[in-house]
This record gives sequence, structure tokens and C-alpha cells, in this order.
Amino acid sequence: MLTVDFQKTLEHFELAVQFRLEDEIMALVGSSGSGKTTLLNCIAGIDQPDRGEIILNSRDFYKEGKKPMKIQQRKVGYLFQDYALFPHISVEENILYGTSRGSDLSHVTELTDILGIRRLLPKYPHQISGGEKQRVALTRALAAKPDILLLDEPFSALDDDNTRRCQDELVRIHERWKIPVIFVTHRKADAERLADRVVRIEKGHMTEQL
Amino acid sequence: MMAYDMSPLFLSLKVAVISTFFVFFASIALARLMSRREFFGKSAIEALILLPLVLPPTVIGFGLIVLFGTNGPLGSLLENWFGIRIVFTWTGAAIASFVVSLPLMYQSVIAAFEKVDPRWENVARTMGVSEWRVFRTITFPLAWPGILAGLIMAFARGIGEFGATLMIAGYIPGVTETVPLAIYFAYEAGDMEKAAFWVIVISAVGIAAITWVNYWRKKTAVRIGRE
Repeated sequence: MLTVDFQKTLEHFELAVQFRLEDEIMALVGSSGSGKTTLLNCIAGIDQPDRGEIILNSRDFYKEGKKPMKIQQRKVGYLFQDYALFPHISVEENILYGTSRGSDLSHVTELTDILGIRRLLPKYPHQISGGEKQRVALTRALAAKPDILLLDEPFSALDDDNTRRCQDELVRIHERWKIPVIFVTHRKADAERLADRVVRIEKGHMTEQL
Repeated sequence: MMAYDMSPLFLSLKVAVISTFFVFFASIALARLMSRREFFGKSAIEALILLPLVLPPTVIGFGLIVLFGTNGPLGSLLENWFGIRIVFTWTGAAIASFVVSLPLMYQSVIAAFEKVDPRWENVARTMGVSEWRVFRTITFPLAWPGILAGLIMAFARGIGEFGATLMIAGYIPGVTETVPLAIYFAYEAGDMEKAAFWVIVISAVGIAAITWVNYWRKKTAVRIGRE
């Protein structure tokens, strides 16, 4: 279970979030600059809150007064908004970057087949399209079997067919792995179709939508 | 054209290669330290690294003599403890090259590291890899074109060093006679042909270095997917 209860002062407002997430899929909606990415960054450890706590499965990611847990120890799968694929290594090397030698990679093989990226494996990121990059980034975020999955606009560059395929795969992985998933989206339809819960953030304050 | 003793060229290459080797590691270590840590005296250390850029070479040479001279704090220590003499040796020339080329390389490395998008480093960290692996597999390869340009500038500055080298290493033919010193003393002696020969040689080395770095930058840029 993920417990998030923290405050962080941003340039124009204070981000104040409080929620608990079982092994569910939660959609974060809200206008640009409302604090959605900062929330994901705080969970991942890239940003730190000013006060409060972030706890995943009894592990303190952040607790006021204590040293925050290092990013490397959090076991977070994070798909960045503009993919952040490593430009100097191949798609295959990108996907396998965080996996350890000798580990079971059957889920990666399965993902590359289902998401239709097997033929892209020897290519470099600059040789593939935006939609393909997004699918590669999703596979990479899942490759190291994270304890939580954070997706920042995961379907924004995909056409309808690929959006449907990625969403189906995400639901299937979620059913199998049972981990909390938080995804940021601008599309109401994505949120309604995929999420168990939909949360809106506006100027740092969140409200749950029923 | 007369056949000349080529030892100044070999000595210049030796001095530049050795000083560039140490400049490479020192600048990367310093750039990492300066860009990631805040500590007391940081600005003063940075100013000290960059000082040779704005000082006349003779001032640098003077400073090196004060430090590494037989009675200087480092010079007496090296001579008494290890039997290493710096003044009037090629080692002195290498130290002079190191000091004048370090700020050029340091600036290039800082700029190269700053160009690396921190998102790439952060995404690598989320995958659980160590800071050393993030540096080795993400930061360094992506900064490599800038680092390479800095290396060539450091090498070129090192091979062309004159003022500080003359002060600390002196002009001893066959021992501390680098190409820039050979040009100056040939000219002083009125041997224009010899001076012109070394001018052509050092220019050819410079052109070859620039051509090589341009070739490698393009090749590396293609490999890392920027073009």
C-alpha cells in the first residue's frame, strides 16, 4: 500500500496531497503546472517534500526529520513525460538497462511482443517515432519489475489502436503484479477506462472524483 | 632543407601527452566535485583553477619556481624524499603544461556535464543502478563529445606552452627543448630556416589534432544519436 501525505512549497502555490492507494490504478488529472509531475517526482525521489511522509509497503520513502530513501532503493518504474530514453544506446539496451544479469526476462520478451517493439530492439531512439518511443519507455519502466509504477502522460503520443493495446497490457500486468499504478493524463476517456480512482489536482490541491 | 634533430618534437609530444593524461582525470574529478557539492572555499578553489587563463605565463612560471624550486615547499619535499627534481627538467615542462591547460579542460568538462539532461541520470537512478554506474554509462558517454573537444584544446595548449616552460624548465637542448622553445631560440640565433621548419611542424600537429577531433566528434555525435 502507498501512503502519501506531504506538503511542498512550489513557486506559485503549495502542493498539499494526501491519499492512500492499495494495489489500484489511480489517474491524476488537472491542468498543466498544477503539481502532477512534482507529485510523481516526490514519490520517485527526484524531488523531496518539505514535510509529511511517503510510505510504500511499510518502507519510508520520505519521513519528515529522516534522511529520504535514495532513488535507487525505491524500486520505482517511472515513465517520464517525454520518455527520457538514453540516446546513446539501443532500444534493447535501454529496456534491459535496469535488469540484472541472469534475471528472468520472460516478462520483457512478452512485453516487446505484445507492444510490437521487437523489430525496434537494434535501433537507436532517434531512429524511432514518438509513439514507438513511448511504448519502449513503458517496457523499460516495467522491465525491472518495480514495486510501484508512475506514468507521466503514457499514452499522449499513441494513436487509438496503440493506446488501446498499451492500456490492455497495463491492466493485464497490473492484475498479475498487483502493484500501485499512478498515471497522469489529460484525456478524460483514458482516466475513466483505465483507473480504479480518478484524482484531480488544481494548484496543488487534490480532490477525488467519484 | 637541412635535417634537424627531431628531439624537440618528441619531447613536446611527451610533455603534452603526459600533462593531458593528468589533466583529463583532474578536470573530471574537479568538475564532478564542483558541480555536485557545496563546501566552504569552493569559489576560491574554482578561481585558483581558472587563474592561469588570465595570468601572463611568466607569472605562472614564477609561481611554479616558488613552489617547485629547490628551496620551494614542494620542490624541496620532492627532492629530499623522492629524489625528484622539477626545475630544469622535462617534468617541470609537463607541470607547466598541466597548469596552463587544466582550466581549459575544466571549463569544457563542466559545460559538457551541464549539457547532459538530468532526466537521463534520474531515470537511470530509478532503475536502481549505483551513482558510479550512472556516471560511467550515462553521464560520461553523453558528455564525451564536449570532453573530447576539451582534451584536444588541453593537448594543443600543452604542446604550445612557452613562457612558464621557459621559466621552470629553462632551455637545455636535448633535455628541455620543446618545439616552442626551439622556434624562439632559432629565431634569436638568426636561424630563420630552422625556426620556419619548427613552425611548420607544430602547425601540422595542430591541424592534425583539430581534424581528428572534428572527425571523432561527428562520429560520436552520430553514435549517440544527436544527428
